[in-house]
Amino acid sequence: MKGKGTAVCLPADIDTDVIIAGRYLRTKDRGIWAAHVLEDLDPTLASHLKGAVIVAGKNFGCGSSREQAAIAIREAGVVAVIAPSFARIFFRNAINIGLPLIESDLTCEEGSTVVFDISEGWVETGGKRHPVRLLSPRMREILTAGGLVEYWRAHR
Amino acid sequence: MSTLSERILGAAAREYVDRKVDRAYAHDGTGVLALEAWKDMGGDRLGKDTGYYIQFDHIAPANNGTTATLQHELRNFAKSSFMQFSDIGCGICHQLMSEGIVLPGEIVVGADSHSVTLGAFGAFATGMGATDMAAIWLTGETWFRVPESTGIHLTGRFTGAAEAKDLALTYVGKLGMDGATYQTLEFVGEGAHHLSMDERLVLSNLSVEAGAKAGLFYADDVTVRYLKEQGYDVMPQESEPCTYQQVLDLDLADVVPLVAVPHRVDTIKPVEALGGLHLDQVFVGTCTNGRYSDLARFARLVKGRKVAVRTIVIPASASILEKAIRTGVLADIVDAGCTIGTPGCGPCLGYHMGVLGEGEVCLSTANRNFRNRMGVGGEIYLGSVATAAASALSGEITSPEAA
Repeated sequence: MKGKGTAVCLPADIDTDVIIAGRYLRTKDRGIWAAHVLEDLDPTLASHLKGAVIVAGKNFGCGSSREQAAIAIREAGVVAVIAPSFARIFFRNAINIGLPLIESDLTCEEGSTVVFDISEGWVETGGKRHPVRLLSPRMREILTAGGLVEYWRAHR
Repeated sequence: MSTLSERILGAAAREYVDRKVDRAYAHDGTGVLALEAWKDMGGDRLGKDTGYYIQFDHIAPANNGTTATLQHELRNFAKSSFMQFSDIGCGICHQLMSEGIVLPGEIVVGADSHSVTLGAFGAFATGMGATDMAAIWLTGETWFRVPESTGIHLTGRFTGAAEAKDLALTYVGKLGMDGATYQTLEFVGEGAHHLSMDERLVLSNLSVEAGAKAGLFYADDVTVRYLKEQGYDVMPQESEPCTYQQVLDLDLADVVPLVAVPHRVDTIKPVEALGGLHLDQVFVGTCTNGRYSDLARFARLVKGRKVAVRTIVIPASASILEKAIRTGVLADIVDAGCTIGTPGCGPCLGYHMGVLGEGEVCLSTANRNFRNRMGVGGEIYLGSVATAAASALSGEITSPEAA
């Protein structure tokens, strides 16, 4: 599974309240989540995430189990999120809705082009290729299927 | 020799396993998305041999028409399936699961990050998202990566006004917000055996604030007695020597009243260092500190006096509320000028029953103080019940040891 996008740099410990605030959760309208993603960090960010690869600091997605956080990021057009570590519920949620996550210490350069291959386990930027930690076989299967809903549709 | 997580999951750390889930629960927040995902997966009936529960606690009663409509659909589903359903006012999902449902050695998954609370019973209890919950409804199972564990080795007893919440903030402060990511915390040592079930529930509850997947106590005589009162005969879990990724030694006698300052749970200061900070609201409740023992302690400290700031007290469940009425604890709290809310999560997640305004400052007994969580521009300080009582009486952050 390959992909490519433009780097958007974010700090460490981005929590799910910051990704999508509780005040936007009582709806099933995914457009609302996408429009307000990361609003409390930077209100202008949501409109600049189409085709982006978020390159963040450690512990991305910490806090609540709200799956809307991962959905909001995907719906805003983000191609993948790269961070040295992810909070574990966010990790599962993102893979479950088909948003690729990549564990890597990659240094972020705003606006640079980032290319990745999840199956082979590498990420490339500025002409340099870095190995990344591979997803478990099950998580790769779920991601390749397009998410856990699609996975179970195919496996039942 | 195995950790408790390895024993319950039946495999060694770092292995991936599929396991039947003994108890699976979701609330009005996560249940809506789970139901949608379950239908999309082709779900028509629930997977076998698993206990399924839905509890309405996050925005209960509904705050507006949109919420009410979403809840209406989920309520109908819960009632028409084999879900055990707890409607508005029954209480917080984690608390309800602790009132005679979860047993030692079980595998428990809740669609909420604070599902780790139930680790206090020696169950492997963890939080997942809505789509994972939907797959459990579908199959009765889920996959786990068996976690490595961090040992929290406890000795001694609390002194002064320190309580379990201060100990919880101590370990979160020491480990940091990601100090136990992908790991389980196991609370061991003679200090752990001296703790009541309510105190253990507080310590397990905060484990996710250090990034942990679960926070476990071994079931011992205290657990056995607690569950006996709920009508269950269970055996203690024998601990055996095992290898922890890291060990944190904490002496309960060294614990002092603490607060977590905005906007991180791991940024900890002694209450005294913030003494005199003006407060607009005090909130006592949540899955961390809304139990009967918390309300009783709070009542003891405010009895016969008046709070100096708006103070909201929310019992974690209907049975706690009922007991607080029966014993007079609630009357003492109301007489002191506090407002009582419907059992549930209250304003913890910033929806209703005590949302903060721009620039307002709250001392809360909850477990998260993220930016804007209780309302845009509001600031949240997290502390113990005793700190909340002392601060409510003075209207500013006050050490319970100074009161």
